[in-house]
Amino acid sequence: MNWIAAALIGGSLLLPPFLAGDFYINLASQILIAAIFALSLNLLVGFGGMTSLGHASYLGVAAYISALLTSRYGFGHGAAAIISISGTVAMAAFFGVIALRATGLGFLMITLALSQVLWGLAYRMSNVTNGDNGITGLTRPAPFGISLDSPVSFYWFALIVATIAFLAMTVFVSSAFGSSLKGVRDQPRRMAALGFNPWLIRWTTFVYAGFWGGIAGLLYIYYHKYIHPTSLSITSSAEALLGVIAGGSGTLGGPAVGAALVLLLKNYASAYLERWNMLLGLVFLFIVLVMPAGIVPGFGRLTAALRGERR
Amino acid sequence: MTSPALEVTGLRKAFGGLAVTQDVSLVVQPGERRLIIGPNGAGKTTLFNQISGDLRPDSGQIKLFGADITGLPPYKRAQRGLSRTYQIITLFAGDTIEHNVSLGLLGLRPSRWQMWRPISHYPDIATEARRALDAVGLLQLADHPISDIAYGERRRVELAVALAQRPRVLLLDEPLAGLSNVERSTVKALIASIPRETTVVMIEHDMDTALDLAENVTLLNYGRIIVDGERNAVVADARTREVYLGT
Repeated sequence: MNWIAAALIGGSLLLPPFLAGDFYINLASQILIAAIFALSLNLLVGFGGMTSLGHASYLGVAAYISALLTSRYGFGHGAAAIISISGTVAMAAFFGVIALRATGLGFLMITLALSQVLWGLAYRMSNVTNGDNGITGLTRPAPFGISLDSPVSFYWFALIVATIAFLAMTVFVSSAFGSSLKGVRDQPRRMAALGFNPWLIRWTTFVYAGFWGGIAGLLYIYYHKYIHPTSLSITSSAEALLGVIAGGSGTLGGPAVGAALVLLLKNYASAYLERWNMLLGLVFLFIVLVMPAGIVPGFGRLTAALRGERR
Repeated sequence: MTSPALEVTGLRKAFGGLAVTQDVSLVVQPGERRLIIGPNGAGKTTLFNQISGDLRPDSGQIKLFGADITGLPPYKRAQRGLSRTYQIITLFAGDTIEHNVSLGLLGLRPSRWQMWRPISHYPDIATEARRALDAVGLLQLADHPISDIAYGERRRVELAVALAQRPRVLLLDEPLAGLSNVERSTVKALIASIPRETTVVMIEHDMDTALDLAENVTLLNYGRIIVDGERNAVVADARTREVYLGT
């Protein structure tokens, strides 16, 4: 059953370039980026029990570094990507040390505060970040000489990166280390008594999640060719968190589904409704009431129930 | 002269104005079976929590085989061969019994940092986990989640998790709590069969069962050691009768 579902989803991801117009291909690319971002947040929220409201920091900072290096300092895309990811990982390492002094609500507030500092900097340090105007005039990279300027080529690029990200994160949470992480989420005291170092396990995961957040940020800047402080805002963090919870935190694919839902609502509903946030809120409320564990576990239980009845 | 397995000196701990551990000193020799008794609120579990590192004492010293571990975090004490069980069962309810035991084994191996190989792909961990489960008579339930099994069986899983680690010092916090008479004798036999390489310190209320398992008994009351010594001497002591047996 799981394999059939996985094959269906994997297969359908190959279709957009052949079936859809540019608008939908672009939308699909954005969904892939949002999915990577949500999956990386899910490492913290779902598998680590660390609910963060500051994950936009990693997306935003990676994007800003790449934007500045390529547009202002004349770096090539390759070097800019390496520097921006290293910088983002270093920042995650530092933020992790601060935020992991607390757990639970305290952790959430510290991650929020740290990301708000960055958001404020992006707005106010306008000599560097260009403030509210954002940074424009960026280009997409051309890996191996292949231009990513067309919607189709960018979609393939995003799909390859998203696939690698999904596999890498799946291997991570399924590994022995992943088992320790889930153990620390459920019973930190017991895990410590068994010989595990809960703090270091959390911190390592925090940095790893920051890395994939940064990768999502690079794709984000390549796609939009534009960056604005809102990408660092609490809204950006909250949307990802909403996607994780709606899709099913602690599941492998759920956050990707949730991120797709949030993005579709945002793009579709905002065309017809000015207050699309209200609709998002209603949908979220519906999910929480009907499938408290999220869409993916919810449907899993539904199909299991249906098959059980047939038997 | 070998150093004692566990040596506690002048341990003090207070929660606000309430002194829960007052000047506790005790020495447990390697291979010894020590029973800690005392009425509810005597500070038995608090003492365990300080030995295992969950709580920091206000003053005093804890030594494990001669090495000072007072300032070490719990996981470093575990790495040095200290293992414990909990009065309130703390297992991973959604995971299988085997996975619970495997986690205990993983905790003492460098492969706990392995980021690409699943825990189930370690044949040595699986073998040892199943051996530990066989020892507590739960091998046939190895693939069941903890939430599926009965309370008495969970107690035995707690023991299996600790025993699989082959600890040098094992702290058992009320291993018989809430068990039926039949389960009690099963667990009692299990504890009796723990090899002598493992030093066992046990808190237990059920004196009838637990006394047989111990050579030495320590009686705590209001955070103080009242009587400490050879089993029969402690049981016969007038202060024990006064504090614990209520006569």
